[in-house]
Amino acid sequence: MGRRSIAIYGKGGIGKSTTTQNTVAALAEMGKKIMVVGCDPKADSTRLLLGGLVQKTVLDTLRDEGDEVVLEDVMRPGFGGTHCTESGGPEPGVGCAGRGIITSINLLEQLGAYEADLDYVFYDVLGDVVCGGFAMPMREGKAQEIYIVCSGEMMAMYAANNISKGIVKFAQAGGVRLGGIICNSRKVDNELEMITEFARLLGTQLIHFVPRDNDVQRAEINRKTVIEWRPDCPQADEYRALAKAIDNNKLFVIPTPLEIETLEKLLIDFGLVDGVAPGTEVVA
Amino acid sequence: MSKDPRVVKEELIQIYPKKLRQKRSEQIVVTEHREDGSVPEIKANVRSSPGIITQRGCTYAGCKGVVIGPSRDILSIVHGPVGCSFYAWLTRRNQTRPATESDQNFITYCLTTDMQEENIVFGGEKKLKAAVKEAFALFHPKAIAIFSTCPVGLIGDDVHAVAREMKAELGINVFGFSCEGYRGVSQSAGHHIANNGVFKHIIGNNETQHEEKFKVNLLGEYNIGGDGFVLEELLARCGIKQIATFSGNSTYDTMANAHTADLNIVMCHRSINYVAEMMEKRFGIPWMKVNFIGAHSSAKSLRRIAEYFEDEALKARVEEVIAEEMAVVEATRSVVESRCKGKTAMLFVGGSRAHHYQDLFKDMGMKTIAAGYEFGHRDDYEGRNVLPGLKVDADSKNIEEIEVVPDPERYRARRTPEQIAKLEAMTEMEFRGYIGMMPEMEKDILVIDDLSHHETERLLEIYKPDIFCAGIKEKFGVQKMGIPCKQLHSYDYGGPYAGFRGAINFYKDIDRMVNIKIWSHVTPPWGQQVKEQAEVAAD
Repeated sequence: MGRRSIAIYGKGGIGKSTTTQNTVAALAEMGKKIMVVGCDPKADSTRLLLGGLVQKTVLDTLRDEGDEVVLEDVMRPGFGGTHCTESGGPEPGVGCAGRGIITSINLLEQLGAYEADLDYVFYDVLGDVVCGGFAMPMREGKAQEIYIVCSGEMMAMYAANNISKGIVKFAQAGGVRLGGIICNSRKVDNELEMITEFARLLGTQLIHFVPRDNDVQRAEINRKTVIEWRPDCPQADEYRALAKAIDNNKLFVIPTPLEIETLEKLLIDFGLVDGVAPGTEVVA
Repeated sequence: MSKDPRVVKEELIQIYPKKLRQKRSEQIVVTEHREDGSVPEIKANVRSSPGIITQRGCTYAGCKGVVIGPSRDILSIVHGPVGCSFYAWLTRRNQTRPATESDQNFITYCLTTDMQEENIVFGGEKKLKAAVKEAFALFHPKAIAIFSTCPVGLIGDDVHAVAREMKAELGINVFGFSCEGYRGVSQSAGHHIANNGVFKHIIGNNETQHEEKFKVNLLGEYNIGGDGFVLEELLARCGIKQIATFSGNSTYDTMANAHTADLNIVMCHRSINYVAEMMEKRFGIPWMKVNFIGAHSSAKSLRRIAEYFEDEALKARVEEVIAEEMAVVEATRSVVESRCKGKTAMLFVGGSRAHHYQDLFKDMGMKTIAAGYEFGHRDDYEGRNVLPGLKVDADSKNIEEIEVVPDPERYRARRTPEQIAKLEAMTEMEFRGYIGMMPEMEKDILVIDDLSHHETERLLEIYKPDIFCAGIKEKFGVQKMGIPCKQLHSYDYGGPYAGFRGAINFYKDIDRMVNIKIWSHVTPPWGQQVKEQAEVAAD
């Protein structure tokens, strides 16, 4: 299989950047060559891979250097030989961050960032697909696989469902497919069962259930991924399992987004509302 | 093909898909003379349909290009990509005449922030501030106006906050317009936005008092081809003091002083009626519609102004001027009429011009056989009496309606309601009124709003008018069909056409265009075969 381009989407604050970087670290450990493109104006998608190094974003560099930008200015080597770039963008409430992502990816292409011998390109995209710019990784075949980070919380599932609608739109025009749901556990009741069912209804799979573990926070305080900070801890193995599942994944689908009523029924059926016995009824 | 307008209407729209056909059928009406004086209802000021190839311009064009741009010493800065500014550069259309060589004149300049992708991504406010400061340092204008183009609205740059900050810092008047191109269905939205800005930021800032007895502002006259110069001279000869013109050949100070006039006379109703309305409410200055396009219309307008001031000496002076002017006009008019009488014209232009110019053609004995506006509203077609019944749709709600109350110190009702009523009863005058285009037209004439390209071609093929009046976008398409096209936005850089002197220019120009033989002598390549066949048949 040639190079795989993967975009990670999900509700803001769900843990996309942490999950992406830990998974990338695990893949790097397996010997894969990877580029990470942070597509969030906050520019925090590669921090753990770079050991806390705040790297200059593509857009900031473009602004300062004009047409003189070279690839080395915007790409830093991170953990395990990963290539790390951050698109960057304006401060909140100013300008157009979406347009920034388009500019940034175009520039990376011009500079030949994609010409390297890579096994994977990962796009870590901000919270929700709020406008066309944030759909850039899905458009024009830039990313072929999407993974949605989700939890058993209603708004996370709601966002995942919305993102699926975006995938349908771009899947029809291009080749993008949904590869699976990554559950980043929030210890919600019946979370595993519910997200398994949610993924099934979306026509995809729960590719891995990442349990909640404070080692992730501890590693982050040390500006590292779990893989790098404590390679032998159980949580590191969880990310290795996720990395392996992605590496071996063969299930790529055009999702079937849920009607809002179906989504709400799912939550009720899995016992989020008092008086309903957990898991008594499974939505057909 | 029948030339019956009702048959032609069906012919024009039959090619359209069902929904568009329905919409266009409401935008195309045939004039009637009804017993009760009412006219048919026309759908106007609604969104253009994709694919019709509209004549219309954008909201930014209406604000910057039409209303504010012609003023010479307000420095206009366009916040946006360079093209928006370049193509709104007023080079030859709107004339201006500074009193001295050292007087400020920025009309020939084209200033823009030239937004780049970086400014879209990170916001353009800093660049805008830098542009305002740079422009101030270079030109030291009294006022700077900032115009927003589409991307500015999309990324949310706050031009008004920048304007306030710069006003405080530089100590001159700086104001912004949210006139993004997409904001309305046509340039008409931009006129309204510009009117609001002029009223909020300019009028009332200059308290210079004038001793003259008869003080007016001329509204909706943009000095295209020097029209404004002709009217300034004409009013001056009558002894009427013109305080301000909105906005041809104007300066910031004269517009700021407009509230000291005693009457507002309105030429282009569509583009400026909001200012007239708001000035009456705040300062007590009545307004009336005038038309200085056409010799008879000019005479009528002068007489109305004289009636308003109720001064016998003024009335006598106006009559003298009219008599002098008419004698000169008549010498040319009668000669031209002998060559043009019975010829036909179509007018599809503006939001007033398609109405006003019918009078000039009438002077020459020519008949208007179809007319319509690019960006007029129902009141421009049917008269202002339809205003109370107008539907306010989402597109109109998009534009601020300013709540105006009388100015506590400066409100002075120039005429009491009783005086106004008496004047209206005694004369043909109507205050706050505009009769609209259709009531002044003959019956059984096609009136078409937002004419499409397809409709243009069919009209030309069916009626073969002697002249078609529109703008630059239509000009060459029409002329390729062998029909002369007169631009009534730019006058093809001719003119002036307003007032008596202007009428003479128009008669001559139209005479030349409709009577020139070139069109009938040229056989295009595609007509060659037809011609040869005809010759063979004749042999």
